[in-house]
Amino acid sequence: MTPQGVVLIAVYFGLLLLLTKPMGLFLNRVFSGQRTLLHPVLRPVEKLIYRLGGVREDVEQRWTQYSASLIAFSLASFVVAYLLQRLQGRLPLNPQGFGTAVMTPDLAFNTAVSFVTNTNWQAYTGEATLSYLVQMAALTVQNFVSAAAGVAVAVAVVRGFARQQAHSIGNFWVDLTRGVLYVFLPLSLAGALFLCSRGVIQNFHPYEHVRTVEGAEQVIPQGPVASQEAIKMIGTNGGGFFNANSSHPFENPTPLTNFVQMLMIFLIPAGLTYTFGAMVGDTRQGWALFAAMSILFLAGVFIAYPAEQAGTPALQKAGIETAAGPAQPGGNMEGKEVRFGIAASALFAVITTDASCGAVNSMHDSYTPLGGLVPLFNIQLGEVVFGGTGAGLYGMLLFAILAVFIAGLMVGRTPEYLGKKIEQKEVKMAMLALIAAAASILVFAGLTAAVSFAKGSYWNPPGAAVANLNNGGPHGLGEILYAFSSATGNNGSAFAGINANTPWYNLTTGFAMLIGRFLFIIPMLAAAGSLAAKKKVPATSGTFPTHGGLFVGLLIGTVIIVGALTFFPALALGPIVEHFLLRDGKLFSFLMMATGVSL
Amino acid sequence: MIRQIAPAFRMTLLFTVLTGLLYPAAVTALCQALFPRQANGSMVTASGRTIGSSLIGQDFRRPEYLNGRPSAAGAGYDATASGGSNYGPASRKLMDRIEGSAAAFRKANPQATGALPADLVTASASGLDPHLSPASALLQAGRIAAARGVDAGAVRSLIEAHVEEPTLGFLGEPRVNVLETNLALDRQFPKR
Repeated sequence: MTPQGVVLIAVYFGLLLLLTKPMGLFLNRVFSGQRTLLHPVLRPVEKLIYRLGGVREDVEQRWTQYSASLIAFSLASFVVAYLLQRLQGRLPLNPQGFGTAVMTPDLAFNTAVSFVTNTNWQAYTGEATLSYLVQMAALTVQNFVSAAAGVAVAVAVVRGFARQQAHSIGNFWVDLTRGVLYVFLPLSLAGALFLCSRGVIQNFHPYEHVRTVEGAEQVIPQGPVASQEAIKMIGTNGGGFFNANSSHPFENPTPLTNFVQMLMIFLIPAGLTYTFGAMVGDTRQGWALFAAMSILFLAGVFIAYPAEQAGTPALQKAGIETAAGPAQPGGNMEGKEVRFGIAASALFAVITTDASCGAVNSMHDSYTPLGGLVPLFNIQLGEVVFGGTGAGLYGMLLFAILAVFIAGLMVGRTPEYLGKKIEQKEVKMAMLALIAAAASILVFAGLTAAVSFAKGSYWNPPGAAVANLNNGGPHGLGEILYAFSSATGNNGSAFAGINANTPWYNLTTGFAMLIGRFLFIIPMLAAAGSLAAKKKVPATSGTFPTHGGLFVGLLIGTVIIVGALTFFPALALGPIVEHFLLRDGKLFSFLMMATGVSL
Repeated sequence: MIRQIAPAFRMTLLFTVLTGLLYPAAVTALCQALFPRQANGSMVTASGRTIGSSLIGQDFRRPEYLNGRPSAAGAGYDATASGGSNYGPASRKLMDRIEGSAAAFRKANPQATGALPADLVTASASGLDPHLSPASALLQAGRIAAARGVDAGAVRSLIEAHVEEPTLGFLGEPRVNVLETNLALDRQFPKR
């Protein structure tokens, strides 16, 4: 590690800490319907949306109605996003003339699901498949509304804790609209202008053909990038305009844009911890979650960064300088950009997988085994370290429910959290969400490691599903595990060597995304509905305080133990064994032994 | 559920208009007015014609130019196919490629005798990395000077003058923009 790298991490974390309270206060005002600075301009727009949309602002919903609205909205979003992709050849704003041949039904399904669920997994190559209209009217729109829907659910879940003897947990349409209008649109507008001022492109020109200095032809893609880039980060979406995502110089041109993009990812998730505290009437409760998240975040950074800086024994053997010097970065630079170097790449990788963002400024597939293990394990923990906009908070609240439940079992008392008794219903719902996610990751990954198709078949033209991998040995298993962890966790980053654009992968990762989104949200809303109906019990001397160090420790322990127990066997066969073999100088040629069941 | 379908479609269409059409249009109008150069790709012109973007790396192979990093984008610096190699750290193909690049570099630059900078022989994430580390650039000064028939010290000082330092001392890495430095080389030491 270099002193500059440590300063970068410290300044980043310091700024995040400073922004958490103001952001949290603002979010609290927005979602409780209080007046904000933006009201003179945006309140008329908000009212107009309700009128045109047929929404009654003053009517609240039970958890079942809230869920139904969310599902109906996601369905409508899916239909529109799917149709726009399939019809792009006949629609305007398509200067490159991309047709429907490249957007096959399975790829369009995968991409629509990916953006509706806030995953933003990219089985397509943006600059070679999508028209500007699809990038804007399908992808940018879903970047906004899927992020706002996540925040809406988080706010609704917190209302479950904050209210008592209530039947309703808010109105989905109102929460969604306020999130988009007062939070995501203004931040994105400011973010897009800043990014453009530093070099992110924003135009509707056809791709530029130039003759290079050495006389070759180079085709330089264009497009409305800055407007999508800003919401991609602020909404923890992560789907890049280009295939190379935030490593592409047109998406992330300088170290400063990189720093701001990293702040954009955590801004709202961190702010929401404060909003949570403010809504339940005890800001210490929010800071406790913030503390647990911060410890897990910094632990990840200080594992991944030194691992990447150390490089690998194979690099040293090849005569490559792995120690950083004043004029060169050292370390493992495969799949990293010179302007970011090791520290800003490793920090970005940890942030994007702590959150369910999935934007990448370096290629995780080429990380050292331990450096790549951190992003993978972050996703498998459920992305509760700040997490996705909204998704991180309701994910961490799930673990808080489990943590007090475990504490209750240890001392033999009915567990309570924020004055609410945690009973059978809440624990069942929390477990349902956890098991659904774990099963989706492990079952789909297991199936994919085993299935085999005829070569040239529709389902997977390369033949066996493992023939789509880019790496042999344990790293190949890592690519499969990462794919289904990322899909289920609605992350969207990848060990990107895997060729995931075949019907088999498009459908399985698509279903994994749906499971990870809706089988998490609906149980959490059910728990919120049940909690809202309960009375608050006054705290007594026997109440386990949930704002102190003991609770923070217990919460971290619960997150790590659940993650480790679920995924350790799979990880042992992937990055962990890879680490030890690589240390002994073992390299892997591409294996191709297609064994397994035939379908 | 069924009763929710109609408002769901209405809201989807409203947000499509607001965030999918009006918002990008507004950003485009503002960016084109305020930052036209950046919004249009930071294009670079030399002797009257556009020869690329200062942000997008180009494939340089000739000895009189700084040669950039290996690129996994298409056949090399193909901006329509951005991406990295995605080889894992224990990949035989990766190490073969790195060892091949290192050997080729040492052959073309006999003065490079020590360990090579890591960025010089590794492929970037985008395949379009416009930069080299200063160490990787300076190692090529001797070869460039010989190819242009000029003093190596002059080439070194030109490269050093093109080093961008980390922003505020801690953001990013020291780096050299390959295209801009090569254009400066052509201006200062025209090939005879």
